[in-house]
Amino acid sequence: MTAQASRITYTLDSSLDSVNKVEETAEQMARKAGVDDDEIFRISMAVREAAVNAVLHGNAYDPQKRMTASFENTGSSLVIRITDEGKGLDPATLPDPLAPENLLRGSGRGIFIIRSFMDEVHFKQLHPGTELTLIKHLGAAPAGA
Amino acid sequence: MSMKISTRQVDGVTILDLGGRITLGEGSVQLRDSVRDLLGKGQKNILLNLGEVNYIDSSGIGELVSAFTTVKNQGGELKLLNLTRKVHDLLQITKLYTVFDVKDDEAKAIASYAK
Repeated sequence: MTAQASRITYTLDSSLDSVNKVEETAEQMARKAGVDDDEIFRISMAVREAAVNAVLHGNAYDPQKRMTASFENTGSSLVIRITDEGKGLDPATLPDPLAPENLLRGSGRGIFIIRSFMDEVHFKQLHPGTELTLIKHLGAAPAGA
Repeated sequence: MSMKISTRQVDGVTILDLGGRITLGEGSVQLRDSVRDLLGKGQKNILLNLGEVNYIDSSGIGELVSAFTTVKNQGGELKLLNLTRKVHDLLQITKLYTVFDVKDDEAKAIASYAK
């Protein structure tokens, strides 16, 4: 773990324990930033979904591949970056989970939930891998409210 | 972090009382196995009491959907009881609230099953 100013970065193995650790860190970060309980839930859940994507869909639980998670409070925003070493994710190709033909699918809602709960979501291809940046503006009206 | 699950029978309906977290890994698997076991025993009227479920992720939501369609495909009915506000809100934003038959009164829920 390295700490610079208010940014903390973890490099973690591709496991559910790592997902839980990332979720807990996001919850602690949001609580420390003074956001309300509903927003803490939304932020920690969005970050959990991003970590699940990295570990499960990106790294496919490969023990040789790592997930990195960085948490930064800029003063005006909470910025969380999750990266994996997988084959990459093109968000444009993701099916719409709200479309009638997809509504009863057993998966495919993670990115939708992330977008619903955060103020900004950015995808970056890393060759190999994907970086997801999740941003919550502090003091803004809650996303998805 | 895991999910608690217990089973009871009331007037031909199997009620699964769930508590804790339904998430990728343990919670989702427990729910899937429990529903599969019930169907294997011919118990096709299933009521999931989510009153003590304080957290569900997209995997857990997917598991609810899969359980719903599996039970329906076998001629049964799976309904939801006592949603917490967080679970309610998640089903709203994913447009699943109207897919499920959601109840807030156990006696009325049991009476609603075709038996």
